[in-house]
Amino acid sequence: MSGEFLLAAYIFFLAAFVGFEMISKVPTTLHTPLMSGTNAIHGIVIVGAMLVAGSADSPLRSVIGFLAVIFGAINVVGGFAVTDRMLQMFKKKAPPPKEKHAN
Amino acid sequence: MPTSHPFPFIQLVYLAAALLFILGIKRLSSPATARSGNQLAASAMLLAIIVTLTDKQILSYNLILAGIAIGSVIGALLAYRVKMTDMPQAVAIFNGMGGGAAALVEASEFLHHAATHGLAFYAELAMLVGTLIGCVTFSGSLVAFGKLQGLLSARASANPLLKILTALFLLDCFGLGAYILSGNPDPIFFAWFAASALFLGIVLVVPIGGADMPVVISLLNSYTGLSVAIAGFVLSNYLLIISGTLVGASGTLLTQLMCKAMNRSLINVLFGAFGASAQTDGKTGGDGSVKGSIRDISMDDAAILLAYAQNVVIVPGYGLAVAQAQHQVRQLADALEKRGIDVKYAIHPVAGRMPGHMNVLLAEANVPYSQLVEMEEINPELPRTDVVLVIGANDVVNPAARASKSSPIYGMPILDVDKAAKVIVLKRSMNPGFAGIENELFYDPKTQMLFGDARESLQKLTTALRAVD
Repeated sequence: MSGEFLLAAYIFFLAAFVGFEMISKVPTTLHTPLMSGTNAIHGIVIVGAMLVAGSADSPLRSVIGFLAVIFGAINVVGGFAVTDRMLQMFKKKAPPPKEKHAN
Repeated sequence: MPTSHPFPFIQLVYLAAALLFILGIKRLSSPATARSGNQLAASAMLLAIIVTLTDKQILSYNLILAGIAIGSVIGALLAYRVKMTDMPQAVAIFNGMGGGAAALVEASEFLHHAATHGLAFYAELAMLVGTLIGCVTFSGSLVAFGKLQGLLSARASANPLLKILTALFLLDCFGLGAYILSGNPDPIFFAWFAASALFLGIVLVVPIGGADMPVVISLLNSYTGLSVAIAGFVLSNYLLIISGTLVGASGTLLTQLMCKAMNRSLINVLFGAFGASAQTDGKTGGDGSVKGSIRDISMDDAAILLAYAQNVVIVPGYGLAVAQAQHQVRQLADALEKRGIDVKYAIHPVAGRMPGHMNVLLAEANVPYSQLVEMEEINPELPRTDVVLVIGANDVVNPAARASKSSPIYGMPILDVDKAAKVIVLKRSMNPGFAGIENELFYDPKTQMLFGDARESLQKLTTALRAVD
């Protein structure tokens, strides 16, 4: 049990390090989409919610699990969709006509 | 807590999903790859959800499938119905849902283990901390949503009652937590604990002004990540630990970046309402008016702003002549045109120190004459301009000439660059221009300053622009 906890602690600190290192240089234009994108990623809690809801052994835990799955799904679907909408503005302008008029 | 699986198929897929999340976040931090990064992360999520369905712990699928269906419909409706300008509110809602889900997962585990007792101290502590953070982000995000949506007052509040309530709820949480940890895993006290945490989230966010909400949402976002990571501890689920921690760590750093871009400290954002009113670092101009704060822009940010514009108007001024940077301007303009961006020069009749000063200067750098546009012609175009690049010009773009009757330059015709979507000002320092008066354009929220020698700045900007892919 404590070995498992230790392993979890290892993973936690390594992941924290990766998280810090990744975001050292981000243009301000991307702050909101990045926030929104990572917001969708923590929707991974839906996996935990599914496990809890699927193994519920009492009515109360069923209700809690059911709510958790709904909340998680809103986080995941809404999060990724809204981020994609934000990022469309980058796609629209990205391909400028390279071989353009000669004037 | 789950035991080991005979063949770790699920675990391997979780590992792949975690790696894809890392790649996704990495790609999200660069404009050219951001959209694919988001899609990558979304596919990783789908993968993780599907493989979780094969977990043997799951006994009944009814609640799961119904929950996913309901949540997906609500999430998609919200995401696609929301107006582009209301995006931050949407993010707040989604973030709150994540925090709520994490708190519920921890609550469920607590109830489960409270019934069977035999819970390690650290596991119980993790559940309480996770529930606390999850509840705070849930209610805090909803308050942030309410403020941005105009349902609650967006004003910063310095009401001392809020301070007292914050202290009370915090004490309440600590006291109850200690009581539960000391061998009383009573569901009633746990519910009380969670309720206190929910109220704590409300009183923490209510005092913060609406303009600071994006920073608050970013902070709450990283808290939710932490809460999810703790849920991962509780469930011994490494995917939750990795993903939650990634979001928690990157979110913390992103919050700091956002504060820096606003020229504020996080402490000032969170607790700034207690004490002074909002804009504190405003400067008093020559005419005695306070205008807000100056915001810097980095070379890379300026390059990206330019790279994704459709049309750019360059306003040259005396500073350009002083720095002898006409060739560098031309190079920047060439780099912009190569990307298909429409570039024009706005020539104010008195820009520089003599009429036609700018025309001569730019002609020397072989700037095509057709690109030089007179003030009367360019002014109607400026409201449709994406980015205006002001290079060493000051008085000729000072809105005070239009608005402020007390200003010495009142009535002088100016280039209306403050009507453009974004303004980048290249300037040596904050010294006022020829007329010796403050320029409120520099304090405009859509203006960002790039300090330094014009020649050097333009060179670096061109290099940075070419590096944007």
